[in-house]
Amino acid sequence: MRFWDGYKGTSFAELLQTEHPQLAPDFSRWAHVQGSLPESAHGTTVIALRYADGAMVAGDRLATAGHQVAMRDIEKVYATDDYSLMAIAGAAGPAIEMARLLGIQFEHHEKIEGEPLELEGKANTLAQLVKQNLPAAMQGLVVVPLFAGYDRRRGIGRVWKYEATGGRYEEDEFDSVGSGSIFARESLKKSYKAGSSRAEALRMAIEALTDAADEDRGTGGVDELRGIYPRVKFCTAGGIESASDEEIAQVYRDVLGARRRPGS
Amino acid sequence: MSFPFYVNPEQMTQDKAEFARKGIARGRSIVTLLYEGGVVLVAENPTRLNKLGEVYDRIAFAGVGKFSEFDRLRKMGVQWADVEGYRFSRDDVRGKALANVYGQIVGEEFTRSMKPFEVEIVVAEVGDPDMAHPEPDGLFKVGFDGTVSDHEDFCVIGGSVDNLQNHLQSNYRPGLSLAEALRLGRDTLQRAENGTPDLPAESLEVCTLDRSRSGRRFERLSKDRIRELLA
Repeated sequence: MRFWDGYKGTSFAELLQTEHPQLAPDFSRWAHVQGSLPESAHGTTVIALRYADGAMVAGDRLATAGHQVAMRDIEKVYATDDYSLMAIAGAAGPAIEMARLLGIQFEHHEKIEGEPLELEGKANTLAQLVKQNLPAAMQGLVVVPLFAGYDRRRGIGRVWKYEATGGRYEEDEFDSVGSGSIFARESLKKSYKAGSSRAEALRMAIEALTDAADEDRGTGGVDELRGIYPRVKFCTAGGIESASDEEIAQVYRDVLGARRRPGS
Repeated sequence: MSFPFYVNPEQMTQDKAEFARKGIARGRSIVTLLYEGGVVLVAENPTRLNKLGEVYDRIAFAGVGKFSEFDRLRKMGVQWADVEGYRFSRDDVRGKALANVYGQIVGEEFTRSMKPFEVEIVVAEVGDPDMAHPEPDGLFKVGFDGTVSDHEDFCVIGGSVDNLQNHLQSNYRPGLSLAEALRLGRDTLQRAENGTPDLPAESLEVCTLDRSRSGRRFERLSKDRIRELLA
């Protein structure tokens, strides 16, 4: 703690790098690791979409390592502050660490400056973390998040997707990442309607996740035996709110009901 | 080889203390007090440069004196708290430890540099009622020479402290509502030698650490909310 020549910026990641390098996640080290990594948790479908009141992010709860279940109720959708959500896909360890670091980064900036970052600033902060992870991604520990939130200055919901190099692309409608994302995107392509209500958005999300879980072995569906349901979070002018398990269960039963073969 | 002039350490310490006191007395005061819901911090501050700030989930900062000095100290407190919380856990970030960190920094500057910091700081903390063994609510004062002191009920920093302290001594009682505590805070500030009579809401900066909130308990009250509470 140095008063005169200590770090004076607003970035928590830079603070760690300059003042506490031993604590900073140094992904560049991964580039030199020889040999193969042990199987880490992978496999996912997460989706993000814009609807009338803002943005919605949803994800399944299954983590797999190779052909085995690693965890049945993992969290893939994180509230990174009161007006932003991040969904993770890829290697669970670095991805969860990234979500944690991002949340601290937003809070740190807000406390130092007295003002929160703009939503676009938050999306760019995440792009830098993804880019820093590139050496690890080359070793197989890819993290490809989705980021969404409510832009209070503009009064709209916004959605971004990322690629492993730190590329950042804003989406007008929806997107999905993870092993089952191709099926979720196909599903959303048909069901998506701009300016949908909360109920319609929830239905689109559950349909897409059900489609993904149906076709992709790495994506978990609804586990009624254990009472594990996908996570669905909404971000609006009023902050963040989650759909309850009961609500999701009801929508899920409606979706199945509409798809059931006659006589079965 | 040249030798520095001999200076009597007692004389030097006195001179530095007098210098720091003068600097602090020029500014307006801050009153911090416990109320039924947690801690309320009340500053006379008509400007938009804040004297009160959030440090961590249950910790707030108040500073008087030279703005550039106490604001840098506030930011260092945020840095310390966020690193500590990242390194260990959110529950491991404690007000007493932060007050000691401040004591070290301010005390070292007082001893080693020509010009001491012209600042006084309060570190306020509320306990977490969801825990089986919550920390007690607390107010820690850090003086310009790095002295750390622990205060129950209330703490005043800035100029004409004795005057204000006496007023609080005879009017404070435990379990005040937020409105009562805020009114007492404002009435106290009005008694300062350089204070303004009939302080309007526009000239007050008020923040709370509200125990009943979850997560980050710090809240900056809007002018409308202050007006409503003072009405």
